Parts: sequence; structure tokens; C-alpha cells
Amino acid sequence: MAYNGDSDRSPAQQSALPTAIKLLVAGGFGVGKTTFVGSVSEIEPLSTEETITTASIGTDDLTGVGDKTTTTVALDFGRITLDPQHILYLFGTPGQDRFWFMWNELSDGAFGAVVLADTRRLEDCFPALDFFERRGTAFIVAVNEFETGYHYEPEEVRAALDLKPNIPIVCCDARDPRSATLVLVTLTKHLMSAAASSVR
Amino acid sequence: MADFEHRPLLDEDAGPLVRPYTVSNGRTAPTAKLDLLSLVRSTGQLRPSQLEAEHAEALILCREPISVAEVSAHLRLPAMVIKVLLSDLVDCGAVTAHSPDPAVDPTDKTVLEALLNGLQRRL
Ligand SMILES: Nc1nc2c(ncn2[C@@H]2O[C@H](COP(=O)(O)OP(=O)(O)OP(=O)(O)O)[C@@H](O)[C@H]2O)c(=O)[nH]1
Ligand SMILES: [Mg+2]
Repeated sequence: MAYNGDSDRSPAQQSALPTAIKLLVAGGFGVGKTTFVGSVSEIEPLSTEETITTASIGTDDLTGVGDKTTTTVALDFGRITLDPQHILYLFGTPGQDRFWFMWNELSDGAFGAVVLADTRRLEDCFPALDFFERRGTAFIVAVNEFETGYHYEPEEVRAALDLKPNIPIVCCDARDPRSATLVLVTLTKHLMSAAASSVR
Repeated sequence: MADFEHRPLLDEDAGPLVRPYTVSNGRTAPTAKLDLLSLVRSTGQLRPSQLEAEHAEALILCREPISVAEVSAHLRLPAMVIKVLLSDLVDCGAVTAHSPDPAVDPTDKTVLEALLNGLQRRL
């Protein structure tokens, strides 16, 4: 039985494991990342704790050269089963700046990112923009429109954030599944055109 | 993927297939290379009743393909612990796992199309 065990498995089990696609939702503290992940996810947003070891470089304290610091970071994530062979996982990045070092690990293997911006505090997404630009991770900007916020036109946001002309900027309501899903569609189309124009 | 399809030699090992309290033994390094997004699925070679509590619970979750992150969330255990637990299950042939490498190519046209179609179906 061990040798022809495949014959008594369901067709789904006989095929290869699905492909996991990772997208990130980043942005400043309280901008709506968890809300966004929850809106598009087919499951209640889940949370996991990941332990990260980081050399303590880049911190104020450089006395302990070579020291390793271990930090536990809670991550929200959601899942969308795209088809039997493809599962999308959407990870919300931790909002606090002190966890910036985590993003390297988080962004490994990520297809792309949505940077959420709040028009009341546009500058809060600068660290995320810098990070993805430096990493070469493809991203788009989604302006999460809070009622109390000033309404900017996308081109005003582009100017304020000094974004390149090819980076899509969309407005959304992170609480609305359709609106949030449309943001991911825009990101995917951006990834496709980036892939088509890359020489790789 | 295929390199993880090794079959356990159940009949040659009469002892417990998973050492009972591996997690609480303080071992923190998983033997299989797993990250948050590695997908795992049970092979059907072992029943949960053959395993200790946490391993059995993890194995039950693995009936359908599931990520390390999801197993961690459902069992309310840190990802690091889950990686050790799942790699025990890989070692004894109870689950098959996707290694994180080689990473999926983010410019892969087929995968991007699957992503677009899957999202648009939800609109
Ligand atoms: N009015 C309005 N409120 C929103 C919107 N999106 C999120 N909120 C609310 O804003 C608050 C913060 O949202 P979260 O989703 O927790 O933000 P977050 O980015 O995950 O926050 P941190 O993880 O703490 O950085 C919550 O009370 C949400 O209900 C929106 O589009 N409109
Ligand atoms: Mg949050």
C-alpha cells in the first residue's frame, strides 16, 4: 500500500501541492492594514507570532557588536483560494517602525505590496515606500479614504509622495471587500506589466 | 516538490514514529526548511491517533493544503514552534511540505494570470 498509495488518494491529493502567492499590505500605524486584509480574506484574519533574530545593527546602541536580538512580532494575514492550484496569502506588515527589520524577512518571496496611505497623515507611509523601493519590490499606493480626511486627487498624492509616474495610485475603502479586492486587481495588473517589461 | 515525497518505512520501525514531547524538549531548530508560507499537506500515511497531542492536531489541520502560518494561527502556537512540529511530521512521512526554495518567480505569467482570474472572480 505504501508503494501505490497514490491510488487510494483523492485526485486533489495526487496532484502537486498548490502554489502560495504572497502579497503584502503595508503602511503606517492604524492606516487600515488589518481591516484591508480582513475585507479581502475568505477566512477571518488570522494572526501568527514569528520570532525574528536580528543583528543589532542600525539601532542606536552599537556597543554590543555582533549581538543578536530576538523579537517576536505578531502578523495578521488572510487567505484567498484562487483556484485548486493557487492560494493567495495577504500579510499585513507590523505598523510600528521599530519592526522595520522584519520586513526583509516578510518581503522575501513577496510578489508585490499595497502601501496604504491615509490622507490625514500621508508621511506615515514614507518608510514603507522607501523600503519597497530599496528592495525592488513592486508596489502600488492605495489611499484609504476616511470620512474625516481631506480628499486628494491621485496626482496630488503622487506629487506629495514623490512617486514615479508608473506607480498606480488608487483610492479605496479598506472596509469594503469589493473596493479592497479591486486594489489587489490593480496591483496584479501592475505586476503583469512590470513582468512584461522586465528583461529577466 | 517531488523530493519531499519520500516514503516512511513504517514496517521497519516499531517504536513511536514521532518522539513524544519533542516540542517541550526544547529543540528549536526544525529539520525541514519551512517558512511562514510553506504549504503542507498530510500524506495519509499516518493517522492522528498514532501521534501525540500537538502533532495530531497539526496533522488534522493538514488534510487540505495549509500554510505554516495558518497552522500556527489555528493552534495558537508561535510559528517557530509550529515549524519544529511540522518538520517532525515531515520526517516521519505524515505530511509533505513545500520547501520555500526555489521561491515562486513573481514574474511567472501563469501564476500572475491565476492571481488575476482568482481575484476577478470575487468581484
Ligand atoms: N472610516 C473608516 N475607518 C476605517 C477604515 N479602514 C479602517 N478603519 C478603522 O481604522 C482603525 C484602524 O484600522 P486597522 O485596520 O486596525 O489599522 P492597522 O493599519 O491594521 O493598524 P496597526 O496594525 O495598529 O498599525 C479601525 O478602527 C478601523 O475600523 C476606512 O476605510 N474608513
Ligand atoms: Mg493591524
